[in-house]
Amino acid sequence: MSHPGESIVAVRGLRRSFGSTKAVDGLSFDVSRGEIFGLVGPDGAGKTTVMRILAGVLTADSGSVEVAGCDVRRYPESVKSHISYMPQRFGLYENLSIDENIAFYAGLFGVSRRQREEVAARLLALTGLSRFRSRLAGKLSGGMKQKLALICALIHEPQLVLLDEPTTGVDPISRGELWHLLYELQAQAVTLLIATAYLEEAERCNELALIHQGRLLACDKPEHLKRRMAGEVLRLVTPDPRSARDYLAAAEGVRNCVLIGDGIRLVVDNAELRMPELRSLMLQTELRFSSFEQVSPTIEDLFVAGAAGLLQGAPQ
Amino acid sequence: MNARRTLLVARKEVTHVLRDPRSLFLVLLMPLAQMMFLGYGVNLDAKHIPLCIFDREGSQASRTLLSWFGASEYFSVVNVLRTYDESVAALDAGRCRMALVIPADFSREVNDKGKTSVQALVDATDDNHANLAIVYARAVLATYSEKLRLDYLGRRGFAHQLGPILTVETRTWFNEELENRNLVVPGVMVIVMAMVGALLTSLTIAREWEVGTMEQLISTPIKPMEIALGKLIPYFAIGLLDTALCAEIGVYWFNVPMRGSIVTLTLASSLFLVVALGSGFLYSAVTKSQFGATLVALLMTYMPSLLLSGFAFPISQMPFAVRFVTYFVPARYYVTILKGIFLKGVGLKSLAVPTLVLGLYAIVVMVQVTAILRKTVD
Repeated sequence: MSHPGESIVAVRGLRRSFGSTKAVDGLSFDVSRGEIFGLVGPDGAGKTTVMRILAGVLTADSGSVEVAGCDVRRYPESVKSHISYMPQRFGLYENLSIDENIAFYAGLFGVSRRQREEVAARLLALTGLSRFRSRLAGKLSGGMKQKLALICALIHEPQLVLLDEPTTGVDPISRGELWHLLYELQAQAVTLLIATAYLEEAERCNELALIHQGRLLACDKPEHLKRRMAGEVLRLVTPDPRSARDYLAAAEGVRNCVLIGDGIRLVVDNAELRMPELRSLMLQTELRFSSFEQVSPTIEDLFVAGAAGLLQGAPQ
Repeated sequence: MNARRTLLVARKEVTHVLRDPRSLFLVLLMPLAQMMFLGYGVNLDAKHIPLCIFDREGSQASRTLLSWFGASEYFSVVNVLRTYDESVAALDAGRCRMALVIPADFSREVNDKGKTSVQALVDATDDNHANLAIVYARAVLATYSEKLRLDYLGRRGFAHQLGPILTVETRTWFNEELENRNLVVPGVMVIVMAMVGALLTSLTIAREWEVGTMEQLISTPIKPMEIALGKLIPYFAIGLLDTALCAEIGVYWFNVPMRGSIVTLTLASSLFLVVALGSGFLYSAVTKSQFGATLVALLMTYMPSLLLSGFAFPISQMPFAVRFVTYFVPARYYVTILKGIFLKGVGLKSLAVPTLVLGLYAIVVMVQVTAILRKTVD
């Protein structure tokens, strides 16, 4: 792995357990300045734990964590004024207005009145919240709340923003607007570290870390990750995907086979060779299928492949 | 410590209280309602004990004796019965707490033997009231016998040397009318302050954990002490307001004397408030849920300040182990101080020990608060 920029987050051998559950189990990755870095994994993969440790609000068991030049494990408070952390749940006071919420967080970071007014005006205009400045946060829609939370997180102009599932529970239009704002930030050289379980959202990131059960499956740019996939992806659409999966999983050359939507996705060693074989196998049965084709791998395929150990050059 | 951040938190809390009708209710109406309920409800006196009478003789002498009972403020005659069974039934049904049975040969025995007895049936399900009823009944009978004796001697010409040889000249201090309410009101004030204090703060931290704002708050450069103080300042002010409210109700509504200085009252109440507010912080920092914190706050303040503060039950009468426990109930010291201020009118000099102990508790609680308010979610 090579990183063009200087790294703003460096995590090495990070571990954290809750009782007997290993939430984070030996995780290492780097985030370069100016990137939109996606921490991708299903619920329970350990994303929130990592985010909390990086933000200095949760202690780690072992490993080293360096964020914005601060040793977070040793001096968790030192990192807090340089970065911003947006937890999964809105950190907003529902009976304070938009302006009051912004002023509160600005004050906590010691932001001057002038900077606050400038930044707030710009971000409110960008998110379309300018008209609602005196509305109580509790009276905002989910999408508006999330935008306000983001504004509060950005009011002190941090170098790095940690966003834990920022678009969960947000309607698609607001989600688009939120991403617009994130790109805007990236243009201003702010580094964004986003934890997400939405794989289509992961495609929007510059760099991805796929996490599964507290371990790193792979860490690379999305397009590189796709090239690292050991094998090619076939998509079979069938009214009976379960039987098709059970039938084809053991066929020669099939490395992985999973149910996705109205069909199955197969990872094979060589698509050109295996497609005719598999098609004739299917024709020998009563199983019907409407289409069978080679597709380009998605992040979801990568993830499934990674979990099955089918990503080449997987990290140590 | 950053004063600006502390004040930010304080201002935010004030806004919360002003915009949340439930907080306002808790802050102003609860102390008022508690003072009224408990002020009227907690009554350790026994006056107007319901009394049933079964007079088997119906003579002039027996009627005179019964009129004495009727005239006493400790008894009120609710029923005059004609059979023994009726007396039993009246006790069973709880229509009276005591049934007085006067024998059929009452006046004959008095005249012939100079001696007789009457029967008192007492409902002792509440032993405190039963004891009081017995004591009061004996007192009425003793006065009546004394009168009979004096009448008898008087008729024989000893009128000039009558009366007891030794008498006690009693002067009750601090609570001259032996008015039970004077003692109850300062005690109730302690309960109200302990409860309101702990409830005010127990909700504020737990709420931030539940809503999720605490995780955001601790990710900023704010220090635990700033969170604690910022939250303490407004509730401290509210608590002092409530103390004033309670004291005014006590003085102007219940007519409890206020003999000490307001300065002493303010100082002692401030210390007690810090203890109460601080413990509220502890409960909510530990439970991290509004429901749990409220429950613990109620349990930890209401019960000890009611039972172990020396307000309802005198500490000197408690078994050693329980008495030992009372030393760890801050309300105990506040009760002593309040009684001293309201009833005795003594100053700080006489109340130095309980005041110092309260001060010590205030420090201990605040140290614990800052220790427990660490800025992590684990």
